[in-house]
This record gives sequence, C-alpha cells and structure tokens, in this order.
Amino acid sequence: MTMVFTFAITLTVAAFTVIVTRIIYVVYKSSKPLSKLGPQSVSTLIVLGSGGHTAEMLNLVAVLQKDKFTPRIYIAASTDNMSLQKASALEASLVDERDDETMSKKALFMQIYRSREVGQSYLTSIGTTLIAIIHALWLMIKIRPQVILCNGPGTCVPLCLIAFFFKVVGIRWSSIFYVESIARVRRLSLSGLLLYKLRIADQFFVQWPQLQRKYRRTHFVGCLM
Amino acid sequence: MGNDDGQSKNVVFVTVGTTCFDALVRAVDAPEIKQELLNRGYTDLLIQMGRGSYVPTKCGGEDGGLAVDYFTFSSSIAQHLKSASLVISHAGSGSIFETLRLGKPLIVVVNEDLMDNHQSELAEELAERKHLLCARPQMLHQTISTMNLEFLIPYPPGDATPVAKLINKHLGFSND
Repeated sequence: MTMVFTFAITLTVAAFTVIVTRIIYVVYKSSKPLSKLGPQSVSTLIVLGSGGHTAEMLNLVAVLQKDKFTPRIYIAASTDNMSLQKASALEASLVDERDDETMSKKALFMQIYRSREVGQSYLTSIGTTLIAIIHALWLMIKIRPQVILCNGPGTCVPLCLIAFFFKVVGIRWSSIFYVESIARVRRLSLSGLLLYKLRIADQFFVQWPQLQRKYRRTHFVGCLM
Repeated sequence: MGNDDGQSKNVVFVTVGTTCFDALVRAVDAPEIKQELLNRGYTDLLIQMGRGSYVPTKCGGEDGGLAVDYFTFSSSIAQHLKSASLVISHAGSGSIFETLRLGKPLIVVVNEDLMDNHQSELAEELAERKHLLCARPQMLHQTISTMNLEFLIPYPPGDATPVAKLINKHLGFSND
C-alpha cells in the first residue's frame, strides 16, 4: 500500500516538474528571437479593441510588410462593429494596388464574445465569462496563429493565455507581441500588467519612456499615434 | 469682426465622444465661459453632447452674443473639427489625436466621474509637453481666461515603424 502511495507521489512530483520545466523553457525561448524562421509568411492574429485601441493597432498594421504577415485575422468584440469596419477599410485600401481576388484569403474578420460588458453584474459575469472562454478556445483552435498582435482590450487576455497554453502543450508556437496603449503613461493597463507579469508576451512595447523605466522588460518605441 | 455672414465664423467645437459628460456641457453653457469666449473673438459654440442629459440653450447670436448650437451624435465629427478654431474635448485618445493631427488648439477636459480615471494620464502628459491644455470642468473658465494658444507646440505625427522593426527582428525577418 505504501509502495503505491509513494509511487503516486513520485509520479505527481515528476509530472509537476516536467510541466514547470516546460513552462520555464517556453518563457525563456519566447524572450529570444526566433531562430529558424526563414523568409516565409506568418499567419497573424490582430486583436482589435474599441476606439483609440483600434486606431493605434491599425497604424501598426499599416507599416507591416503585408506579404510576410499573411494571412491576417482580425478579431474584435461582438459588440464592437466599428473596429472590424475600420480594419476592412484598411485591407480594402491595400487590395486596390493588387489583384482583389486574393483579398478573402489574406484578411479574415472574426468576432468574439466578451466576458463582461460594462455595468454587467458579477454574478451573471461568471456564466458569460465561461462562454467567452469556450468561444476563445474554439477560435484559437481554428486560427492557430503564428503571430499575435494586441494592444490592450480585455478580449486579448484569454486569447493570449490560450496561445501560451498551446505553446506549452506543443500545439502551436506563436509569438505574442503586446503594445501598451498610448493612453497609458504612468501605469500599465490591467490586461498589460497581467501579460507582463505572467511573461505571456514575447515582446512588450510601451509608448512612453516613464513606463519603460518602471517596467524594465518592456521596449520603448515612441508614440504610434 | 462682427460680420455674421459665415465667412468670419470663429467656432469653438465641444465634443464628448460616445460618453456622457454633462459636467463639461454644463460648464461650457455657463454665461461666464460664453462671455469669455466672446471676448476672445469666438463667434460660435457648437456642442456635441453625446449621451448626456443636460441640454444647453440654443441661441442664434443675433443679439451680438455667442451663437450656441448642439447635437448628440454625428458621422461628420471630422468635418466639425476641421472647421473649428478651438476644440474642447473629453479625454478619449481618439478625439485627442484626431484634433492634434489637424493642428487645432485643444483644451482637454478630464471627466472626474469616470471610475477608471487613467484617461487623465494622457491629457496631463501631453499638456506637460505643451501640445494641449488640460482642465477639469470646474477649472475650465480659469483655463480659458488665462490661456495663451501661441505657446502650444504642434504635435509631431506618431510612427509605428520602430515597433514593426522590433517585431521583424524577433521573427527573423529582414528590415528592408
């Protein structure tokens, strides 16, 4: 009996050690540049938020090399119609220059349930959060992006957590880039703080020097707006 | 000056975006602020009041006073910003940068009723760099009466290429 018990304990400890080692390895490797990615393109998930967030993100997308970051999958909260409209306007402006048949392949637009709407009660939030997580998981299984770009809307947190889980388990290696919103001058947003502290983001960019001084692992990149 | 044939209009445009910001609408509707704007040569006050419930008093300005008009929402905010001589805005980053890009003098009024008041961070930082003026609703009159718009420094347009370069470097893409 004690043998079985000891064996079970040993097995648990071993499994725990393997998982922790794997997580440490993933965090370490994420912080280093990718070594064996050649000239091919990467599928890119772009998480949009409302208003200012979306404008900043689209400014970034506008200067990316489009043939490298393709296909581009835009995702926004299901309650936010404006963001995807603006993204598709940007994509349409790119198509004008080339053939327009490939547009549907190069850019995809998706909506995601939000875990909590402004003003929603905390009790009903539990149910909606659960639905939002399952939906995020479903979308991430479908997309399995190689690159994730996000800048602060709450919807990016579950998506990035799932992406990190995929990295640990070995389903998909995705590089996660987080740009803190320009509106954050002195303190990170809650989403940003979570992804920074948990070391989920491969690279973390801030737009104000005082933020960089406070959070040492971030990169100061100047203003995007 | 003094002509009201549309050409010499000098419009102050107030915008609250999609928010509800009665404290700002009420502040600009106060007689002393309207008088101060008039003294400074503005002829029109146009208020985009969003979801607020305080309705300002419309006024044609025939009596030599400030002409006041308002609306709730509009798809042509950009047009109103373009034709304004002075913009008074809520602290949302969208409104702030749209106005700065147009090179319009801007007073940002921080909504103190918002729970998560991180918005003041951006306005205060940009005010420190002299790209705009930052005020609270109850201080707006003082800000307007003491403002000197000539000291404002134009905001240089942002640039996302440093981020793109770092991303490329991380992914092993060339930066050409």
